[in-house]
Amino acid sequence: MIGFIRNRPIVSAVIAFIALIIVLGSFPIVPETKQAVVVRFGKPVRILNRYEPGRPIGAAGAGLSYRIPFVDQIVWIDKRVLAVDMESQPVLSTDQRRLMVDAFARYRIVDPLLMYIRSTTTENLNSQLQTILRSEVRNELAKQPFAALLSPERQGVMNDVKNSLNVQAAKFGVQIVDVRIKKTDLPDGTPLQSAFDRMRTARYQEAQSIRAQGNKQAQIIQAEADAEAARTYAASFGKDPDFYDFYRAMQSYKSTFVQGTGGKPPASTTIILSPQNDYLKEFTGRTK
Amino acid sequence: MGWGGRLRGLFADTKGPWGPSGSGDEPPADDGHGSGPWGEPPEHGRRMGTRSGGGLDELLRRGRMRFGGGGGGLPRGPDRSLILWAIIAVVGIFLVVTSFHVISPGERGVVTRFGRYSSTLGPGVGTTLPSPIDRVQKVDVEGIRSTDLGSQSSEDLMLTGDQNLLDIAYSVRWNIKNPELYLFQLSEPDETIKQVAESAMRAVISQVTLQEAMGDKRADIEAQVTDRMQRILDGYRSGIAVQGVAIQQADPPAEVNDAFKEVTAAQQEAQSYINNANSYALQRTRQAQGEAAAFDKVYEQYKLAPDVTRRRMYYETMEQVLSKIDKTIVEAPGVTPYLPLPQVQKSQPQQDRQQ
Repeated sequence: MIGFIRNRPIVSAVIAFIALIIVLGSFPIVPETKQAVVVRFGKPVRILNRYEPGRPIGAAGAGLSYRIPFVDQIVWIDKRVLAVDMESQPVLSTDQRRLMVDAFARYRIVDPLLMYIRSTTTENLNSQLQTILRSEVRNELAKQPFAALLSPERQGVMNDVKNSLNVQAAKFGVQIVDVRIKKTDLPDGTPLQSAFDRMRTARYQEAQSIRAQGNKQAQIIQAEADAEAARTYAASFGKDPDFYDFYRAMQSYKSTFVQGTGGKPPASTTIILSPQNDYLKEFTGRTK
Repeated sequence: MGWGGRLRGLFADTKGPWGPSGSGDEPPADDGHGSGPWGEPPEHGRRMGTRSGGGLDELLRRGRMRFGGGGGGLPRGPDRSLILWAIIAVVGIFLVVTSFHVISPGERGVVTRFGRYSSTLGPGVGTTLPSPIDRVQKVDVEGIRSTDLGSQSSEDLMLTGDQNLLDIAYSVRWNIKNPELYLFQLSEPDETIKQVAESAMRAVISQVTLQEAMGDKRADIEAQVTDRMQRILDGYRSGIAVQGVAIQQADPPAEVNDAFKEVTAAQQEAQSYINNANSYALQRTRQAQGEAAAFDKVYEQYKLAPDVTRRRMYYETMEQVLSKIDKTIVEAPGVTPYLPLPQVQKSQPQQDRQQ
């Protein structure tokens, strides 16, 4: 053998290379993130690293495996949680309002064999699931009124979607982990514009009501102040109404004839008095 | 490197262990192929390390023997053993490099043996089997990553519970709490976080009013979104810990911004009404208090001597009043002036009117 190698290095190198490929190919390494279907002449014979719920990472499954070279073919299938996205699509609610809904689902291939038989590749599976997701989301959401569409989680609508999706997906060896609405948008154009209009008018209305409220409060404050002032006056002047009358009259004369009111000097006045006037009563020179 | 190189490498590989057992001077004689592999020790070494670990010892031993005993023998002997040593060194370095792993603080090394998860290395220096058997993936578990959603420049509208639209931008801070799950459970973790965040935010926003989303409930919304995201991600067994959600912007859409400004203006206006009223009220009550106090003071004195005070106040007031104005004293009912003042003529019209 050594002699053969020495004599025909190229031939022996080729042989060694082929042998190496065969050896390496016979012991595929199965990573944690993948499961695999071993196909022998087109017929699936074994599944490697199949997903088992609840099995901890690092338990049996992944690692070194084997196959018969050239006979067994390995089809790799993702073991992780995968995503399927739904394009935004219009949904008509029971009250005839349109909403653009954008959803996504997370799924896991739990039966790689079934998945391989039905879809062969992950891409195929993805587009099939997309179709199912679209129709299920539309079917379930169309049973809801508009208000419920805004938060479908609260009404458990998403659980219904998930359940019916799971029934469909099980045919592909897929388990739906989660379905969620990513976005709910008003369609562009009239619905969006009318929503804007509604918001705008609501704001103007709010602004008016804030102003009115402010006005009302201001009036109340003023009235309270007036009342307070009246109370103060009454408490003080009520002690002797007669004197108050006199006192106030004196003030009034002063401000009318002497000081003026509001910063204006009094208009010039001429008073014609009779000698019988109380002020002039001493004019008569009466004696005691 | 082409196929030729690989072939030559392989050739050398298979030949390696037996090489020394043959007649010593083979490689130089076989110039066409033999020199090729020796010219590429790293390639050779790697392959040695990978597959023919068993042959290594033998090789080593023979190499030593040759080195020790062959000094005076063949002239090419030293060359050959040098090459041998180089190979051994490269293999050794390779083994050391792939067996010892420095894990910095905040990192974890996830070890897989032939693809199967075997253990996780903590910070420090960890040892594993060499490369093709064990592989180590380093994962940063302490570093907080941030994912931004929505942008402050463009509009990202979201429907609120009261069917209004909200322009929102927020970011999610997260880190990896479980590196094994993070690596093995979720395809496209970044995209998943984005979608989950969007979904959770939408779900929470759709349960609050626009006013709440823009104002006082922000912190509450952030907490709810964080919580919801964490639950969803745990449901995926993603190994991701959501540290927090921060709303950077929650504004009305630009189309209706003016109307919202109108509200702010109205609030200011209402406040100014109230301020004015308050200042009026203050002034009014103070004035009342002042006048009342003045009256009280005078009244106190008045009570002591009512008649005198009254007359005094009367005369004082009349004095002030009459001293400033024109006076005509008339004997009633006739119109005979006692004191015909020059002003009487002047002020005749007023006089007429007064009568």
